[in-house]
Amino acid sequence: MEKKDIIQSFKDSLFTGLIALALFGPIVGLRTASKGEGLFITPQWGVVFLLVGLCILGRFLINLNSARKTEITFFSKFTSKFSAVTEDKAKHFAITAILFAVVFPFLPFTDRYFMDVAIMILTYIMLGWGLNIVVGLAGLLDLGYVAFYAVGAYSYALIATTFGWSFWICLPLAGLFAAFFGILLGFPVLRLRGDYLAIVTLGFGEIIRIILINWYEVTNGPDGITGIPRPSFFGLPFKRSPDEGEISFHLFFNLEYSTMHRIIFLYYLILVLALITNYFTLKIRKLPVGRAWEALREDEIACKSLGVNPTNTKLTAFAIGAMFGGFAGSFFATRQAFISPESFTFIESAIIVAIVVLGGMGSQTGVVLASIFLIGITEMFRDLEQYRMIAFGGAMVLIMVFKPKGILANRKPTILMHGDKK
Amino acid sequence: MLKITNVETFYGKIQALRGVDLDVNDGEIVSLIGSNGAGKSTLLMTISGVNKAKRGNIVFNGKNIENQAPHKIVDMGICQVPEGRRIFSRLTVEENLRLGAHANEKGKYFENDIKEVYDLFPVLSDRKTQRGGTLSGGEQQMLAIGRALMSKPKVLLLDEPSLGIAPKLVNQIFVSIKNINKEKNVTIFLVEQNAKKALELADRAYVLVNGKVTIKGLGQELLKNKDIQVAYLEGGSKN
Repeated sequence: MEKKDIIQSFKDSLFTGLIALALFGPIVGLRTASKGEGLFITPQWGVVFLLVGLCILGRFLINLNSARKTEITFFSKFTSKFSAVTEDKAKHFAITAILFAVVFPFLPFTDRYFMDVAIMILTYIMLGWGLNIVVGLAGLLDLGYVAFYAVGAYSYALIATTFGWSFWICLPLAGLFAAFFGILLGFPVLRLRGDYLAIVTLGFGEIIRIILINWYEVTNGPDGITGIPRPSFFGLPFKRSPDEGEISFHLFFNLEYSTMHRIIFLYYLILVLALITNYFTLKIRKLPVGRAWEALREDEIACKSLGVNPTNTKLTAFAIGAMFGGFAGSFFATRQAFISPESFTFIESAIIVAIVVLGGMGSQTGVVLASIFLIGITEMFRDLEQYRMIAFGGAMVLIMVFKPKGILANRKPTILMHGDKK
Repeated sequence: MLKITNVETFYGKIQALRGVDLDVNDGEIVSLIGSNGAGKSTLLMTISGVNKAKRGNIVFNGKNIENQAPHKIVDMGICQVPEGRRIFSRLTVEENLRLGAHANEKGKYFENDIKEVYDLFPVLSDRKTQRGGTLSGGEQQMLAIGRALMSKPKVLLLDEPSLGIAPKLVNQIFVSIKNINKEKNVTIFLVEQNAKKALELADRAYVLVNGKVTIKGLGQELLKNKDIQVAYLEGGSKN
């Protein structure tokens, strides 16, 4: 590395520092505090200088790294090794990951907290896989995916609380409702592409949330729906003292009562739902309709000239993606036993899109890694309370710097030559 | 077989085709030549149904197709190889071909059809599992033609198959086009800027200027036509 480069990257770092100063100065530097009567501004320049200094240092290190053109930092070594493993031995990796997921609840260090985080990560993995059909395969950028999650959750909650039907009946119904809304969104956006599509889907997500808030008679508005039935183990409820005529799970299997039973059951439920989503996606990619999705992402005019019907192709992508969002929503509703419009804000859509994009568009394993990374990191810093979103942002920046095309950027072909299977 | 009468197509307020009359008979190779912006590609897109004709008729085997959806037109037996090849670059060669057979992939002839394309372009067979985007320009053109053949068309519409391809490969592709016509009995409607090649290959040819057909005749005749020689072969042509 030459001296000129060092000076160049140093200058660049100073410039970064200037931007950081402009941002952090007013936001962090000027703190309003209420003392006695009224608000007073207390400056905290020390913190600002610390943050600006960190930005300059970080930028300088990144510059040094890219100037050398060889990936030598620990992080990039780690990730490149990682993607090499998953590309070569994707199957082994998948099997190991699934095995780990299956035994996870019974590992010695697994406690209630770990289980909750794992359930959350799996929910996002499922949502990511669902959205991957729309964004990754069909190439339709959907920023309102949370709408289908909400439709699924509310359908489940309303059906279950009104008719008292079991989880296994409500789940497919909720999926169907969500798919119906997927088609509803699909029709007006058929002609749109790229940015325009993104804006309309964003609006759709907000419309659904605002309807949920204002349609008081049905959705109970901002108060949400309470008392959503918990799932039962094929008819055996998870209760300490079951109602008359019922046998609860722990009595049937002759176990000591524990709240963990229900958590573990929920964990396996979402694991199975997520794996179904994945299995379905992998299968459909090899069918004409799945291939048509990918072709549509690549080139719409070529698709038309080859006789692919773009209307049907887009609608099926929206419907099927929405359906899985709806399943995940049902699961969310039954797990929480309470839902309100607050759970379905734009930030949820943004997180799901981030998982798909950062995972590497269209990569199923990438979604898993990105979910674990983004949700896991945000959870690890839960003690920092409101600052944990900084960790979330930081995680995104790290991926964008070191893996600009996503953690796993390669699309795996659906057809391999004989003898190509490793 | 394909009869186009008085077709007018617009892009917004701009008129691209000003009453085109043209017909293609069963088993022929018909070329359409013309300079940039004459409306050649627009005509192909209008036949395919991607652009809609505002006025005029397009009749294929006795049926009016000017208001049909593009995928219906492909089903009826007209398939287009679009300008610039438009390969699905992140999909493999075989996936590209399978997309060509989109509707009839489950059909019993599929295996045979794909074998025929590989026989026609052996290089595609070697590159079966390679991504479309990694092929050379000429190979991509072969793939685009092969992909269109997978839909078993009666008429193949070719839009500038020589565009951006090495001269040696251009010859090879034109030989293939002739083979497709003669051996597989596919009627060919070819749009080209490379007038010399297109006229040599064609049974009959048309010249399109400013959205209108100005000259028509046998391919060999047009090669000798003074006006065409000046405008497209010696004077204007850099080929």
